[in-house]
This record gives sequence, C-alpha cells and structure tokens, in this order.
Amino acid sequence: METSTKLGAYLLRLGDNTLVLGQRLAEWCGHGPVLEQDIALTNISLDLFGQTRSLLQYAGELEGKGRSEDDLAFLRDVREFRNCLLVEQPNGDFAGTIARQFLFDSFHYLLLEFLCDSTDKHLASIAKKSLKEVTYHLRFSSEWMIRLGDGTEVSHHKIQAALEDLWDYTGELYTPDELDSEMAFLGVAPDLNKLREPYLRKVEAILDTATLRKPASAFLQMGGKTGRHSEHLGHLLAEMQFLQRAYPGLTW
Amino acid sequence: MKKNWPLWEVFIRSKNGLSHKHVGSLHAADAEMAIENARDVYTRRSEGISIWVVESGNITASSPNQTDALFDPANDKVYRHPTFYDLPDEVKHI
Repeated sequence: METSTKLGAYLLRLGDNTLVLGQRLAEWCGHGPVLEQDIALTNISLDLFGQTRSLLQYAGELEGKGRSEDDLAFLRDVREFRNCLLVEQPNGDFAGTIARQFLFDSFHYLLLEFLCDSTDKHLASIAKKSLKEVTYHLRFSSEWMIRLGDGTEVSHHKIQAALEDLWDYTGELYTPDELDSEMAFLGVAPDLNKLREPYLRKVEAILDTATLRKPASAFLQMGGKTGRHSEHLGHLLAEMQFLQRAYPGLTW
Repeated sequence: MKKNWPLWEVFIRSKNGLSHKHVGSLHAADAEMAIENARDVYTRRSEGISIWVVESGNITASSPNQTDALFDPANDKVYRHPTFYDLPDEVKHI
C-alpha cells in the first residue's frame, strides 16, 4: 500500500469517530433533560460533524476515486467503518452519554494536541481548528462527570454504572495496531503507547474529583478500528443513511 | 428540594468597547453552569466575546405600578435634553 492510501485509511478512523459520535449526540435533539443541555449536546454534535467533513473530504481526495465526504458517510456499509467501539455505544441515559463523551473527549483532546504538529500539514490544520472545539467538549463533559459523581446518591450510582459499562471500550483508543504504528513512525500521528499514560492520568484526575472509582476491568474490547463492530453501529447507520439509500443523490 | 434549577439572567458583550446587554435568561444549577449554558444558548452565532450571568433573584426591578411616579415627571422637562444648541455640521454622534 502506498503512503497516501494508508494516510487515507487512517483519516477514516478519525473521521468515522467524529461522525458516529456526532450522530449519537444528534439523537438527543429534542430529547435533552432540559433545553440548555439539549442545545449543548447538539452543539457538540455539530462541531463533530464539521470536523468529520474536513477529515472525510481529505480521505476522499487521497483515495482518488472521486468519492466526496457525503459518499463516504452515507454510502459505506458497516464493515467499512473504522470508528472505535466506544463512540458507537448507545446513548443510554444522560449519565451514559456523559460518561461516553468524557472517555472519548479525554482521548480526543490528547490526540488533537499531537496532530497539531503532525508532519502532514493538511491534517495539522484540521487539528488546530478542532482542538479549540474539543477543549470545550472536554470541559463540558468533565464538569458533568464531577456534578453527577459528586452529586446525589442516585446520580453517583448512575454515572458509576455507566463508567463500568463503557470502560472495556477505552483500551482500543490507546492500543496501536499496525496502521497506527506506521502513522506514528511517519510522524503523522502520535505513538499511542505514549498516549496511554497521559490519558489514564487525565481520566483518573477527574474521576477522583468526582468521587468515582476507576473500573477494575482487565478485558478490553477491540475491533472497531478494523471494521469489526458491535451490533449497535448497524442500527445507527440504518437511520443515518436511510435517505441516501432510499433516494440516491437526493439534496436539500 | 426545588424541582427546577434557578433562573439566571444573561448579559452579552458583542465586542470590545460596548457594554454588556441583556439577551435573555436560562436555567442552571450554579454560576459556572450558567456561563456554559449561556455560551451554548446565546453565542452560537458569534454574538459575543464576554458573558455575565446574574441569578434572577438578585436583580431588584422597579415596580410597574410606580411608572407614573418614577418616569412621568421627566416627560415635561424638555430643557434637560440639550436640543437648544446650534451644532456645527462637523460635530457628529450627538
């Protein structure tokens, strides 16, 4: 495989993460616990879609088959998606959504920090713009972790339960495979092995403040990055892709 | 325990040199959340560069019943407006 093809494949991972998480958050539209949080979650969703557009556009260019970001988002099947398992997990209750967001934001932030200095200039410029948005996402989700964890008995219980449910999916974020290592070697992306410690430190610091326990799970789920997904992603895509599948090429 | 979060009034400054202007209100559990909610609800279209929030209960407002006593007396005192001067054309913004 050529380097540009590999970079394209790597960009799909980044773009699919933000696309799938953005779609999950969009499901909250009109269903938020209060108006203010409804808007906050959909704001974050729109930020993520903006990032997706830049990343998939670039991935399409590198692929060179004339596929646009829309083609990549709406016309690929579930096995071709390269997002991590964490972001496709269902929203659950508000605590579930916040825990998923926090676990992803903490990683996303560290990743983007590195990508700002990527040897690939185009990717670096996308990362610089995204980092500002994600700084806010992380602030938002961290604060809610603390509020819920250090809140009432009920909220503490719910957020701890959500954390236990989602923890197994965090390992994939910082465990490199061949493609990750190659991108790291080229200076395009960070060495994920070196991201692991800072990630866990960042997460644990907030969990401490939130009076939450770090789940003691030894088993970590893998697969999303190579196209092996949980059953949830297919359902998400069915909803997201319905219009373009039923009416190909339809525009507003 | 109250069911709803307290109400906050939101003031946004659109750019340097202007004053903060009241834009609306929202619910939040505390001041920090109020700032974040205000950011999400009221500045999504680049409306501002600075936000103030004040819990609505902390605002003392004039009573609508007293408008006569408070504001009418100013109506017939036109001499308080500087409208009797001839201004040179070069002077703007008066």
